[in-house]
Amino acid sequence: MSTLEVRSVSKRFGSLVAVRDISMTVAKGELRAVIGPNGAGKTTFFNLISGFLAPSSGSIVFDGRNVTALPAHQRVNLGMARTFQITEIFPELTVLENIRIATEAAAGYRLRPWLNRAEAADLARRIEETLALAALSGKADRLVGELAHGDQRATEIMMALALKPHLLLLDEPTAGMGDQETYEITQLIRRLHKDSRLTIVLIEHDMRVVFHLADRITVLDQGSFLAEGTPQEIAANEAVQTAYLGQAA
Amino acid sequence: MTPKARGLSQQGRHLAMLAVIWAALVFAPYWMPLFGGYTALGTRVLVLGLAAMSVNFLLGFTGVLSFGHAAWFGLGAYGAGLCLKWVALSTPLALLAGTVLGGVAGAILGVLLVRRRGVYFAMVTIAFGQVFYYIAFQWSSLTGGDDGLRGFERQPLDFGPFKIDLLHNDVYFYYFVLVCFAAAAAVMAFVLRSPFGHTMIAIRENERRARFLGIPIELHIWIAFALSCFFMAFAGALYALLNNFADPRVLHYSLSGDFVIMAVMGGMRRFWGPLLGAVIFVVLQDYISSVTVNWMSFIGALIVLIVLFFPRGVLGLLGQRRTA
Repeated sequence: MSTLEVRSVSKRFGSLVAVRDISMTVAKGELRAVIGPNGAGKTTFFNLISGFLAPSSGSIVFDGRNVTALPAHQRVNLGMARTFQITEIFPELTVLENIRIATEAAAGYRLRPWLNRAEAADLARRIEETLALAALSGKADRLVGELAHGDQRATEIMMALALKPHLLLLDEPTAGMGDQETYEITQLIRRLHKDSRLTIVLIEHDMRVVFHLADRITVLDQGSFLAEGTPQEIAANEAVQTAYLGQAA
Repeated sequence: MTPKARGLSQQGRHLAMLAVIWAALVFAPYWMPLFGGYTALGTRVLVLGLAAMSVNFLLGFTGVLSFGHAAWFGLGAYGAGLCLKWVALSTPLALLAGTVLGGVAGAILGVLLVRRRGVYFAMVTIAFGQVFYYIAFQWSSLTGGDDGLRGFERQPLDFGPFKIDLLHNDVYFYYFVLVCFAAAAAVMAFVLRSPFGHTMIAIRENERRARFLGIPIELHIWIAFALSCFFMAFAGALYALLNNFADPRVLHYSLSGDFVIMAVMGGMRRFWGPLLGAVIFVVLQDYISSVTVNWMSFIGALIVLIVLFFPRGVLGLLGQRRTA
């Protein structure tokens, strides 16, 4: 069964069609990259999948369940986590507190007035595991707002992971990063994909990252579907070269 | 310093601050007269401080500004007064009646509020507050209208073999209010430390992130709002007992504004900030109003100075939360 199935979704803002009749099926355990020139509708497409926006038409099926009508937080609780192009974290809280809120939410404790000893110990263990995954343990007591950009991005990804998702949506995880930070985030995503067999969909501008990570690539252009295939197929696709890679050359 | 040692010193500072606050509160009836204060002034600080902390429960810890919280304060005051006047001569019952009246009204109207944000939320809270103000103003047969609700007195606490006279002994009443204040503050602190409290802070820090952690924002804001209304109504009920009187001004939005001012002056990101704000506000009001009727202009000047130079409030000065 596919983890995510997007069935011909469209999104209109007044007379502007930001996303036009796009379909995409992502298999369990796959890492899919969504690419396209600026204005291709990638982020809008992401917002439709994650429930930040409601599609004008079409439907979204997640783990075999039609989630088109569900609000964002319910999709999260079904196992769909996302990060944003502009990092969305809790800047005035420490790394630990950021991860703790995510972990408590994932454990279903969000309305709890207290935790018993066993629950608190289990929570602390899960938080420590998450921190260790991104080598953030040494920075657990730092305020996230004071960290380097790369560590902030890593914190956001870790918060998403603390939700124990079946599907991780990453909107330009390396945006605004230097070479070293880009390398580290890429390695982190690669580990998550290879070791945990996590299904990941990411939007990315850095073609080195895309071709290094992706199992398959979906190309959008001006709000419409342009091509889909393996990295080799996409690199050889003439329409893609004209629309996108051609501009870069 | 290692992070651990830093954590310990932060914890030490925190405990020292708590010790100073509670020592000052517990011994207030003894040290206040040395500075020209009187016990009823201390009681007033506690009651208004609790109200400001209730506003700040929402403003400082959920990031939602209500400009109509005097409505729940005033309903608490009228609830307590009417209960003493018409239902039963019991101080605890009056407190309960006021708290339930204001809290339940706030919880019900909160349902209509939680989809509004920012200025719109503040405007609708003002509107709700003014509705209650005019009801109290017009419904003279029940509330006494503009003259206020009179004809009730706080009753002694009856423990069977002995009674505590709260009415004629200011110091006893001060300690009664202090116990109520401590209980309410303990519940607030408990909620803020709970997983639910963490979600409140998450909403304040970044609503979008909180939503994408699977938190239903509207439900959590409503719960925080309702809790804040119950605390507010409890403070209002104490206020009616303090004055043995309630008039429509306890519902008016200008009082809501005073509570917000106390929170901002004292430091709205700090748990105890609004109490310090209430101390400054009430004491200045008391001293300056004996000199000039324009005491509010002095408070106004002070607010401008504090907001310009100490945007995190007076308590925000005493050590910002820094880890680097």
